[in-house]
Amino acid sequence: MSTTAKQQTQKGAGRKLLSSGRGAVSLAVLVILLGLALAVNFGLVGFDPIAQTPSDRLLAPNSTYWFGTDQFGRDIFSRVMSGVGSSSLISVVAVTIAAVFGTLIGLFGGFYRGLIDLFGTGVTNVLFAFPPLLLALTLASVLDRNWFTVAVAIGIVYIPIFARVTRGPVLSLREIEFVRAARSTGMNSIGIMFRHVLPNISSIAIIQIALSLSWAVLTEAALSFLGLGSPPPAPSLGSMIYEARTLVLIAPWTLYAPGAIIVTFVVALNLLGDSIRDILDPRSREVSS
Amino acid sequence: MTAILRSSVIRKTAGALATLFGVAVFVFFMLRAIPGDQISASLGTEAAGLTEAQRQALVEYYGIDEPLTTQFFSWLANLFAGDLGFSVRAQQPVLDLTVAALPVTFQLAVFAILLALIIGVPIGMLSASAPRKARDFVGQALSLLGLSIPAFLLATTLLTFFAVNLGFNPNGLGYKTLFEDPAVNLQQMFLPSLVLGFGISAPIIRTTRAAVLEIRGQDFIRTARAKGVKTQRIQFRHILRNALIPIVTMTGLQFGYLLGGAVVVEQIFSLPGIGRQVLLGIQQKEYALVQSTVLVIAASFVIINLLTDLLYRAIDPRVRAE
Repeated sequence: MSTTAKQQTQKGAGRKLLSSGRGAVSLAVLVILLGLALAVNFGLVGFDPIAQTPSDRLLAPNSTYWFGTDQFGRDIFSRVMSGVGSSSLISVVAVTIAAVFGTLIGLFGGFYRGLIDLFGTGVTNVLFAFPPLLLALTLASVLDRNWFTVAVAIGIVYIPIFARVTRGPVLSLREIEFVRAARSTGMNSIGIMFRHVLPNISSIAIIQIALSLSWAVLTEAALSFLGLGSPPPAPSLGSMIYEARTLVLIAPWTLYAPGAIIVTFVVALNLLGDSIRDILDPRSREVSS
Repeated sequence: MTAILRSSVIRKTAGALATLFGVAVFVFFMLRAIPGDQISASLGTEAAGLTEAQRQALVEYYGIDEPLTTQFFSWLANLFAGDLGFSVRAQQPVLDLTVAALPVTFQLAVFAILLALIIGVPIGMLSASAPRKARDFVGQALSLLGLSIPAFLLATTLLTFFAVNLGFNPNGLGYKTLFEDPAVNLQQMFLPSLVLGFGISAPIIRTTRAAVLEIRGQDFIRTARAKGVKTQRIQFRHILRNALIPIVTMTGLQFGYLLGGAVVVEQIFSLPGIGRQVLLGIQQKEYALVQSTVLVIAASFVIINLLTDLLYRAIDPRVRAE
């Protein structure tokens, strides 16, 4: 596929995403959430998410504190949005780690076969032997605790998925005519892999990236709920919900605000993932709506 | 048993054994990456977080001072001898703790799967019966929520709602096994398995819907209709029966989610299962406990996958032919 033709299909995919109802709505929701997260981060709206105002403890939602305040008088709106921001950062870094290493394992293993492949599938099988959340939490517990190590822990968990979905197509691509033709022209293996094979598995990787983002957000939230996410006082949706358990009777908004936002956030990511998959994978379009 | 089946059984089993060995290596070295390296010879800066008794137990269990490979194989030998280490906090061997915890998680997993099938299969079938109509929309919305609501949020909300509004909190008292007190046990298992079951009902709804839609369009269904077979019979005998194959596969794939979700749900509902054991071990820095328990969970996961795979080959002739 020539560069211009490829750019055109990608542009077409972008337009299709915006014209599909689900895709447009979920993108809009995500843009609003991330916009608010950035605005809070730069102090444009809300308050400092970790500043305590003892006189304003446990206030119900009002015109000053849109989502109310918590037990230390911190603004819940700012904390929730800041939590969305850090959760997005961690998830994007985690999925990037998983996509890069997983795709490389799938690409090299499928292309070179032999020992490299044996090692790659071995690593994949070993990582697949752990329930994802359990692996993430064990890794998070042994690493130093900061946002980056949390992202690394989540990223490692999702490496095998990328390795497995890319390896199969690479196996068949290496036997296809244009790859053989490239080889007969004397192009070296690395060149063939990155110029001819990788572009042809990119839509598979993109679909997987889109689907993995929502899992990464949920995993990060579960880790911080269990006390293994980024250390406090950094706001995180999971730890806010954990703290709210004991407050829910006197201040229900401490539970419902972060709860509603995380569900909205993950629903939007899931819808976006589904729309991207439907656009890039013709097979899924026939069965799903 | 045909020769092909037998050779694939041997191949699969050998693969699973290799994976198990890799899992043991991974778990062993993963816990050596602990900051401050609490359990190696130096017992450096972070060792302050351990009590003297804990430190001593670790030193003894790991045969510290030995080279890493020797430590690894003596650990493996200990495992095969049934010595999973000793929990200082609980003053009990890890093996005993694990034997007590496994059935709790197993029961939770079985109940969750049953609830997920009870919720997921009918909704998926209803969804598929009128694609893009109102009931399909409701079914799809439910599956989207199942995928999007974190288990810990649903668990916390349900626990609060039932305890406060209905005065129903069977998990507040001590845990009872199914044999000690079936009535209490079933009540204690209800909400936790509902939370996990709702989570896995989502992929089951999607799989059921997709499978039913696909099978419905096939020739043998048209033939059955043309022959005058009753609609209900077609629904159940022809469509659902064929749809069961992908549904069973998808259900098997959810074990990982279940065992991970069990950590969260057992913690919230105070169920003394295997997930809670790992979490307690992590919180109390009992690394021998964490290491052995994680290994036990991964091993059972590999074995479950192997069994599902073999069972599947025995049932479905099409898989066998590959």
